[in-house]
Amino acid sequence: MIELGPLGLFGFGPDGWGGILIKGAAVSVAAAASGLLLAAFIGTLGARAKLIGGRYAVIAAEAYTMALRGVPELLIIYLLYFGSSSVLTSFAGFFDYHGFIELPGFVAGVLAIGVVAGAQMTEVLRGAFLAVKSGEIEAAKACGMGTLLRLRRIVVPLTMRHALPGIGNVWIGLLKGSSLLSAAGVAELMRQTQVAAGSTLLPFDFYLVAAAIYITLAVLSGLLIHAAERRYSRGIVRV
Amino acid sequence: MTELRFIVQTLLRLLSGVPLTLELAALAVIGGTALGFLIASMRLSSYSPLRAAAWLYVQVVRSTPLLVLMFLIYFGLSQFVSIRASFLWWVLREPYWCAVLALVINSSAFAAEIIRGGLLSVGRDEIEAARACGMSGVLLLRRIVIPLAIRQALPAYGNEMVAMVKATSLASLVTLMDVTGIASSIVATTYRPIPVFVAAGAIYLTINVVLGHAVKALEYRLTPHLRRPHVNAVVGSTVDAGASLT
Repeated sequence: MIELGPLGLFGFGPDGWGGILIKGAAVSVAAAASGLLLAAFIGTLGARAKLIGGRYAVIAAEAYTMALRGVPELLIIYLLYFGSSSVLTSFAGFFDYHGFIELPGFVAGVLAIGVVAGAQMTEVLRGAFLAVKSGEIEAAKACGMGTLLRLRRIVVPLTMRHALPGIGNVWIGLLKGSSLLSAAGVAELMRQTQVAAGSTLLPFDFYLVAAAIYITLAVLSGLLIHAAERRYSRGIVRV
Repeated sequence: MTELRFIVQTLLRLLSGVPLTLELAALAVIGGTALGFLIASMRLSSYSPLRAAAWLYVQVVRSTPLLVLMFLIYFGLSQFVSIRASFLWWVLREPYWCAVLALVINSSAFAAEIIRGGLLSVGRDEIEAARACGMSGVLLLRRIVIPLAIRQALPAYGNEMVAMVKATSLASLVTLMDVTGIASSIVATTYRPIPVFVAAGAIYLTINVVLGHAVKALEYRLTPHLRRPHVNAVVGSTVDAGASLT
């Protein structure tokens, strides 16, 4: 006798897939969050290069954002997932190790979606910094703030205010893009849904549940982003 | 030498997938625009249930990953005996049409928002002027509203088209042999991922750069009022010589 809870196959009983899907969703969120960190790092460097970099830095940053905006995310994931293992394996060959080495799918996948989101983040941060009024920075200089203090107290909070809507878009993109990590064998929500759909022969039900989980995550993120936007706009009088 | 030959052969094989990639992207953009226009009109309607339905549609589709949508249509719909028995099955059993359907639905939600923005940007006074000239209904839409809306929406629309070209790569996951599908199959037999995927990426990049320039050129043509007024050559060379440098 199969024991199923009130949610049936989607419940959390011994034969329900609920727990597995939730764990998958947690992996998806973790991948997207790691991707966001990487994107923020790359985006800061990229925006800096485009705004105040030398000639070669500007060319490199432009080439990076143009290439990453024109190439499908799936190909970047394939390139990093399969490409890294071929590089690592031949590299290990120099040290007389003739086995097969690969980067874990999660690491390769996060690198891929992070690099793609980094290009978007570069543009978001560049635009946001340009929206900060030069008078505000001048005022900080006039008050005698040094570079680091000015960055921490004035530039970053003001840039964040303009960048938050864009960062929100990048985050939603990462969340949806994390579904492509299933192609690299990562046990995230999409992959677990495929497994569940395959073994229960109920693909429609399970993909619908997966869609519902992704939508829930997007709605929750939207609420968080909205709250953050309000926090960073405290100093702005709303008419 | 063998390396070079491999890359050339790979590129030639990958290029044979370009027509399918372009076809999918074109169908997605055309279908997405048509459906998006319908959704945008619903969102601007004065009947609130229509507005709410269109809003919900946009929110749901935009938050669903395209891959989930594609698998829902391709693997999911075959679960129902009634669909397998109906005439729809002639279309839905083909991975090609499932991919097109998923791309169209996905693109329609984004297109709807862009079109809505474009339609809203048309000024009240422009519409009033057209009304004063006696235009109404379809004529007003065709001569005034749509041209002005297109001009406003074009830059965002260009981005959406590039996104669609990139999104077609997911069709390879429902067994279609587009550029990405061919690349994966070459890698599966040769196991040389780096040159093959880089070549495939270069093909997509080329398509998107050309597309981007085409949209820019169209934008330039449609916005003559934003260009600097054409200065008379004589005036430009004598009186205005200093000013034109600035």
